[in-house]
Amino acid sequence: MSEMKRRVFVLCAMLAVAGGSLFAPVHAADPKPVGRVPSPTVKIEKGEKCVEPTDVIRRDHMKFILHQRDETMHRGIRTTKHSLKNCIDCHADPKTNSVLGKDGFCESCHRYAAVSMDCFECHSPAPRKQTGGANTSAAHAPGSAP
Amino acid sequence: MSLDRRQFLGLGAAAAGVALAPGLHLIDLVQARSPEDKVNALTRWGLLIDTVKCADCEACVTACHEENGVTGHNRPATDAQWIRKVGLRDKRTGHVQTLPLMCQHCESPPCVDVCPTGASFKRADGIVLVDKHICIGCRYCMMACPYKARSFIHEAVTDQKPDVPRGKGTVESCTLCVHRVDRGQIPACVEACTKDGGQAMVFGDLNDRDSEIHKRLRSEPSSQIRPDLALNTGVRYQGL
Ligand code: HEC
Ligand code: HEC
Ligand code: HEC
Repeated sequence: MSEMKRRVFVLCAMLAVAGGSLFAPVHAADPKPVGRVPSPTVKIEKGEKCVEPTDVIRRDHMKFILHQRDETMHRGIRTTKHSLKNCIDCHADPKTNSVLGKDGFCESCHRYAAVSMDCFECHSPAPRKQTGGANTSAAHAPGSAP
Repeated sequence: MSLDRRQFLGLGAAAAGVALAPGLHLIDLVQARSPEDKVNALTRWGLLIDTVKCADCEACVTACHEENGVTGHNRPATDAQWIRKVGLRDKRTGHVQTLPLMCQHCESPPCVDVCPTGASFKRADGIVLVDKHICIGCRYCMMACPYKARSFIHEAVTDQKPDVPRGKGTVESCTLCVHRVDRGQIPACVEACTKDGGQAMVFGDLNDRDSEIHKRLRSEPSSQIRPDLALNTGVRYQGL
């Protein structure tokens, strides 16, 4: 990428972030890798906000989920907030119906960060059908830009 | 557990049940526990199966495997089986009886005794489960179970039900449909038997004096399979 092009790109990116709500429907913040630096695909498909503040969930989601796992398994606690099924209901890509795959919400970031885990050998990466009904429709254009 | 102790606990559970949810239909919603409450020993879930009514059908088996996403590879020797129909034939008369057999949810489960990692465990409300997060697939529990109720998953699994994670290298068995019970529903086998089968199965709280299962168990004869092992099973049979 030439220097000029790069500047224009960066400027556009900054504008896009600044004018988040204007650009919302096109998912302006969907980051295209700049140059050879790879980046994960973090596409938000559904919901206004996460179950925890974004910086907290980004850093500590595994703690919440692993805690919830033992609470549900052994004590029968079925709160939805930190439930893995609940994460998947929101974060699954309506096109692939999954949080996995190259651009899948969970997998793309884990690939990027070289995290390997066995959870999805057992857990379904697809959202539940009962809840909310129209999980599979792509009509959930979120109103807020990520 | 002696009957006295059970009756005593039953009183407590009944009182709690009334306070929580007056007038709930006993079969559909046995006791309302909110999602943030942990399970407790006031409840002990169980099944009562009337083998006289048990029809010559597989409704319970089909429903169980559908609900839990248990699929096989057409290899009966190794395919997972959470519930199966067992036929008993009287050699003298030729009379045939069938009954569904699954994890008996013992009060003193041998599978829990032998598990080296603590993956086999009994929940406070009596449901015997495998915590597959801890299971190392050693299969001691399968050998210890006198009912042959457990299966090992030999091959990678895909298309699991979101409510029922399953995967290669771990042991599994009937969970009494714990994911349904925790939201106030009855197990899939019981629902199917009531709808499409012989109405032979009742699910409920063995500790709750007002539950249908408790009433029937205290007024009608019933038995456990292999009572000699003194495991105090949560699954009881009639007409054996
Ligand atoms: C060998 C199979 C298996 C693997 C691997 C596995 N799980 Fe589970 N998980 C289960 C089963 C079975 C349940 C119980 C489901 C129920 O009762 O609803 C469960 C339940 C849970 C729950 C509670 C239900 C929910 O959706 O909130 C959480 C959280 C959870 N697992 C997290 C994890 C995480 C995180 C990993 C990876 C580190 C993982 N599991 C790997 C089998 C597995
Ligand atoms: C109600 C829908 C909803 C649920 C449920 C939900 N999320 Fe989110 N999540 C979101 C939204 C919306 C964002 C974007 C928030 C933002 O951009 O500030 C987000 C952001 C995130 C991020 C940060 C992504 C980034 O920008 O780097 C992570 C990680 C995440 N969620 C993980 C989880 C996990 C793990 C769970 C389950 C415990 C979960 N989420 C449950 C809607 C949800
Ligand atoms: C923004 C990037 C990002 C996203 C999106 C993300 N994760 Fe993570 N996740 C990580 C990182 C980084 C780690 C490793 C942290 C560490 O090892 O300290 C991790 C670790 C985990 C672990 C612990 C793994 C283990 O075996 O200890 C679990 C479980 C997990 N993530 C679940 C999820 C789920 C479920 C989703 C999708 C709903 C998700 N993550 C989305 C970055 C992300």
